[in-house]
Amino acid sequence: MTSNKNNWLSAPYTLWSAVFIIIPLCMIFYYGLTDKTGAFTLENITAIATAEHAKALRLSILLSLISTLLCFLLAYPLAMILTNMKISQHSFIILIFILPMWMNFLLRTLAWQTLLEKSGVINSILTFLHLPNINIINTPYAIILGMVYNFLPFMVLPLYNALSKIDENVINAARDLGADNIHTFFRIILPLSVPGIISGLSMVFVPALTTFVISSLLGGSKILLIGNVIDQEFTQASNWNLGSGLSIVLMIFIILNMIASAVFDKDGEGSML
Amino acid sequence: MSKELIHLNNISKSFDGQMVLDELNLTIHENEFVTLLGPSGCGKTTTLRILGGFATPDTGSVIFDGQDITKLPPNLRPLNTVFQKYALFTHMNIAENIAFGLKIRKKSKDYIADKIRYALKLVNLEGYENRMPDSLSGGQQQRIAIARAIVNEPKVLLLDEPLGALDLKLRQEMQYELIRMKNELGITFVYVTHDQEEALTMSDTIVVMNQGYIQQIGSPESIYNEPENAFVADFIGDSNIISATMIEDKLVNILGTRFTCVDTGFGHNKPVDVVIRPEDVELTAPKEGILQGVVSHLIFKGVHYEMEVMAGGFEWLVHSTALHPVGQEVGIRIDPYNIQIMNKPESEDEEAVAIDI
Amino acid sequence: MRNAAKKIYITLIFLFLYAPIGTLMVLSFNASRTRAKWGGFTFKWYVELFQNDDILRALGNTLLIALVSSITAAFIGTIACIAMNGMKKRTRTIMMGVTNIPMLNADIVTGISLMLLFISFGFRFGLGTILLSHITFNIPYVILSVMPRMKQLNPSTYEAALDLGASPVTAFFKVVFPDLLPGILSGFLMAFTMSLDDFIITHFTKGAGVDTLSTKIYTEVRKGIKPEMYALSTIIFATVLVLLILVNLSPENRSEKIFKEN
Repeated sequence: MTSNKNNWLSAPYTLWSAVFIIIPLCMIFYYGLTDKTGAFTLENITAIATAEHAKALRLSILLSLISTLLCFLLAYPLAMILTNMKISQHSFIILIFILPMWMNFLLRTLAWQTLLEKSGVINSILTFLHLPNINIINTPYAIILGMVYNFLPFMVLPLYNALSKIDENVINAARDLGADNIHTFFRIILPLSVPGIISGLSMVFVPALTTFVISSLLGGSKILLIGNVIDQEFTQASNWNLGSGLSIVLMIFIILNMIASAVFDKDGEGSML
Repeated sequence: MSKELIHLNNISKSFDGQMVLDELNLTIHENEFVTLLGPSGCGKTTTLRILGGFATPDTGSVIFDGQDITKLPPNLRPLNTVFQKYALFTHMNIAENIAFGLKIRKKSKDYIADKIRYALKLVNLEGYENRMPDSLSGGQQQRIAIARAIVNEPKVLLLDEPLGALDLKLRQEMQYELIRMKNELGITFVYVTHDQEEALTMSDTIVVMNQGYIQQIGSPESIYNEPENAFVADFIGDSNIISATMIEDKLVNILGTRFTCVDTGFGHNKPVDVVIRPEDVELTAPKEGILQGVVSHLIFKGVHYEMEVMAGGFEWLVHSTALHPVGQEVGIRIDPYNIQIMNKPESEDEEAVAIDI
Repeated sequence: MRNAAKKIYITLIFLFLYAPIGTLMVLSFNASRTRAKWGGFTFKWYVELFQNDDILRALGNTLLIALVSSITAAFIGTIACIAMNGMKKRTRTIMMGVTNIPMLNADIVTGISLMLLFISFGFRFGLGTILLSHITFNIPYVILSVMPRMKQLNPSTYEAALDLGASPVTAFFKVVFPDLLPGILSGFLMAFTMSLDDFIITHFTKGAGVDTLSTKIYTEVRKGIKPEMYALSTIIFATVLVLLILVNLSPENRSEKIFKEN
């Protein structure tokens, strides 16, 4: 199996990734750095600085940072509890979080409209409990909720994976050497789960930063994220050059993210599967 | 014997309805090298985990230096553990690993630096402060695990099969190292292993365990020479274990032949088990033996020849430096002192003990 | 006390994850056409679903794309893993880096990059372009779940098979392949799920007139979702759930309890 004879086996995938991964990315750069006549220009990239685009990008960054942080805060305790439950079937946990994906992503997100509406399910329950109602539909809060809801599994799974890889005896050793729960957590568990944390953060941050679906489903039509702007350039304005230029700006964030994952997670320890 | 340090009183523990320890009682003395020896599943690791505070007994108590520590969490116990497969902190370098316990106890920087130097010297790994655990060999990681534990000056060091992952030569080397460290530190070692050779080499006291029960406690010599039951005899070294009848004091009927022995007090015509070590079986010319037989197998083992001799309907295992080729007729003679008489197991619990490992 | 807190926490998170799904299921039995009010219990939408050719065609497209793309991805991905296993470390690292691009990249970027490719090279937009795109983002799921199995493989078993007289091909299929199979299957399932749930990439690479369930729902959002959609989703979800329960209850899967002693 280790011989180099079967190098020809790599041909299909090498070819595939060249044609459908590498060349398409080059196309974005080509369109992003040229104008309609095909001449070189940086205008599509500097267009990010216009008030409308900059506002969309700022809002995207803000909302995605908040929802990434919320996901992390919700997922870490959950992943720890799941790890401590010592369920022998690793795949069972993964399944629970993958299962919702069998109900269409758009429908699931739309269902939150029903839940959040003025006279929706949640408010009915709140009224019944004599609690104040919440009116967040068509606000940035609803978008954050949609992001957390949709991307939480991408945070839980890498964290769960990284945490369950920590040898129980390493934690026992820390306790044995005098560490209390707090010490053990901050000195041992947290540092050892860094690959999972990094992977989880980027798995949530990237889709949250670039989404245009959640904002259009839960944010009403007035709130524009950078993803909405790019989508409109492609599907309505047909200005592919501008859309590509803005995508290049987005890719800077994505590349930074990839570098972070590569540095902190060399062995793929924090992977989702 | 020196002062008593640890008492395990009537410890019972079961997992998923399966009894792992059954009313175990054990006393460990100061400065003693105690080995818990037994096959896997015998409860030795559970006993160690209960000592370390990683498992709570269902019933019974752990008394340390006169204090009941049964409910005390591991971080507050004056003992430290060397874990199976080392359990080093892979995200810290060697110095940070060793300093871990000291930093938690808020020792001064100078004190910690001194201790690290001392510990690395003790385990023969001077100059390794800045290496990462993953870059060390198994044997070196093992030494760091020991260093990390002993800098905290525990009164007792618990070692859970620490040499299990090492190769034979390194294992033998480490055995001598451990004895040296123990003498230098002057503390109690509680050592868990399934390797009888390790146990015999290092221990002051061996506790042979099987199926949650202590089978025998004693010095390596007494465990080897005077096993109390067939399990111990079988588990420690090779032996011939034969059903026999005690005719009267100092006279036993083995395979239809009367042998003189030195044991008394077993009663008249009582069924017993006898244990005869292979090196205690003397092969002679046929006429000079008490029992006659034929050599059926022969293997050269380096120090001695290992032979099987068919005699009296039993295949005797014999170790001898003299060569007797296969097919040769031989006589068997046994010194009365080398015949160890054991009671046959009576209760069902004891019966379980005799099951072959 | 602490255990109770943990249980409450887990319950709340699962409530959060599954509340929308429960909502959709309830809506599928709602006699009223609007989501806002409950108009009584009905099976009407389930009946009408099977008369709605548009939805059924979209369902057919979705299943066809998911199935073909995940099978193709499983095939290409597995071969790629075998090839990568024999590569020099450096080449392998580069290949794995490329594999990670669709995983880590934003779907919108992957979508528009493929759209630009198809436009520039004169592809006709339709089922074909959707398929090519789905295969592209599905391959990484297969590779990432087969590769760990590949690393766990003991090369001696393959050599032992050769030693015992098997040809390399026989040795592979009799010895290596069975060990990889669980990884291939879970990669396939992952890929199938992702393909089924994808909207963004399909949105950019589909042509006019071709719809999957996702894109159909997206266009319906403004007009109002047809309740038949809820019925269909409920059927799909319930089917998967029942299948999973059956698989998990099968006797061989009742995993051996690891007895944690010594």
